[in-house]
Amino acid sequence: MSLGPDDVKNIAHLARLNIDESDIESYAESLSSILDLVEQMNTVDTTDVLPMAHPMDVSQRLRADEVLEENQREHFQKIAPKTEDGLYLVPKVIE
Amino acid sequence: MEWETVIGLEIHAQLRTKSKIFSSASTAYGAEPNTQACAVDLGLPGVLPVVNAEAIRMAAKFGLATGSNVAKRSVFARKNYFYPDLPKGYQISQMDLPIVESGNIEIELEDGTKKTVGITRAHLEEDAGKSLHEDFHGLTGIDLNRAGTPLLEIVSEPDMRSAKEAVAYMKKIHSLVQYLDICDGNMAEGSFRCDANVSVRPKGQKEFGTRAELKNINSFRFVERAINIEVERQIDLIEDGGEVVQETRLYDADKNETRSMRSKEEANDYRYFPDPDLLPVILDDAYLEEVRATLPELPEARRQRFVTEFELSDYDAGILTSSRAMADYFEATVAATSSDAKTVANWIMGDLSSRLNKEDIDITQSPVSSAMLATLLNKIADKTISGKMAKDVFNGLWNNEGDVDGIIDKMGGGQITDDAAIEAMIDEVIANSPGQLEQYRSGKDKLFGYFVGQVMKASQGKANPALVNGMLKKKLNG
Repeated sequence: MSLGPDDVKNIAHLARLNIDESDIESYAESLSSILDLVEQMNTVDTTDVLPMAHPMDVSQRLRADEVLEENQREHFQKIAPKTEDGLYLVPKVIE
Repeated sequence: MEWETVIGLEIHAQLRTKSKIFSSASTAYGAEPNTQACAVDLGLPGVLPVVNAEAIRMAAKFGLATGSNVAKRSVFARKNYFYPDLPKGYQISQMDLPIVESGNIEIELEDGTKKTVGITRAHLEEDAGKSLHEDFHGLTGIDLNRAGTPLLEIVSEPDMRSAKEAVAYMKKIHSLVQYLDICDGNMAEGSFRCDANVSVRPKGQKEFGTRAELKNINSFRFVERAINIEVERQIDLIEDGGEVVQETRLYDADKNETRSMRSKEEANDYRYFPDPDLLPVILDDAYLEEVRATLPELPEARRQRFVTEFELSDYDAGILTSSRAMADYFEATVAATSSDAKTVANWIMGDLSSRLNKEDIDITQSPVSSAMLATLLNKIADKTISGKMAKDVFNGLWNNEGDVDGIIDKMGGGQITDDAAIEAMIDEVIANSPGQLEQYRSGKDKLFGYFVGQVMKASQGKANPALVNGMLKKKLNG
């Protein structure tokens, strides 16, 4: 399976990556070769194999439903570019 | 051409855990902005989500109560998209292996017909934060208190064929999650919200039409109106030679119209993949049996019991059990009064409900508690007051004017049940109405009402009406 320049641009857009036009060709090649490897793995018969959800064969530990966190707003907002009335301010987004 | 409507609903029920689904920050509503958003909720580097056991238990409860398959192995996945109120750049949700699959629920329409609606799946996910678009010098304000609040997204099959069916289904789920005590059902605070997938097709056609998704409809009334107006729009569009496009639409309640929000094609590329920070959640039979044992009596069973135990009609039992709080109120009142269950039911469905509706408050916030209503009904049962006086006492209780005895005292005491006192009043009324007496005795029966009215007036409304009726009849007939 091979990816073209438009696929690369689309993937970059979805991931909000700013890539150089001149690199697109080599990205397309690298990504395509990864997909080729996946394609190769797809030829293995996995009929009776449960798909893995995680490389480690263990299950999720659960936490008790307790409130343990304290308010650290000031601490967190020190590194925010802009805040007001306790809110984080970001460039305007309206659908 | 005759058209058929096809509707499927996605309901987001906020689970009533104390802490968030992946962090130990509080989920309490209404806190100061960002005071309940911890490092995990903010998506700061190096944090690790850990699953809240209670969220899993609540989802399992829902699954068991709807006859669904509760998955022994479920997996959290990342749903990737960018929006400022989602700081990680992905929402942790479930995709291929949700915790609940293939259940169903029976709904009942106003005319009494029943219908089964399939539940495709219910999966756990975290809520996003809130964007405030009021003017912050041209910027948007972000409050992340809600980020990480556990949601159960309940997805129905496209089984509903009218807005009314959709509302009946939504009400049923709303009642169920409250019975199960897994969601407070508060729609005003957004604890229970709904998206509707709506399409139309020519009657008899097998394939579904292209659907539009109506977002975030936050009341039962709006669901019905939004669906109806959207169906109208789609039919008009097709009949004019147009085509419905698959998109997300927003219902504008003020204008009563739906309008396009964004085309779903582009937004749709969420690139789900298993979240490497989280391991599969494994549940065993013993766990599920333990959860099953904690299931409360569900609405349908309680309704049946109300019919047999309290000899109520199926209709009355249905209304009383439509919310767990109302059913609890009813049972608490019945247990505390010597009045019969039917009288209790009538008061709850009549005076109390109309008052609650009028002031738009929930029965749990009723100023008249079940204990107060029970005391009031006892006063009717022991003939201290008449049914008519009871309504005035009820109003007094509602307005916090005191307890039942205090209000009756203020009204000048209970009703008059003393035969001699009533007889004296009757004698006086008859003596003062010779003309009417003569007419009555010459056959004008209708005048009986006049005499009753006069006696009641003389007693300032406090004479026991049954006694007045009986004694008056005897006297008048000489």
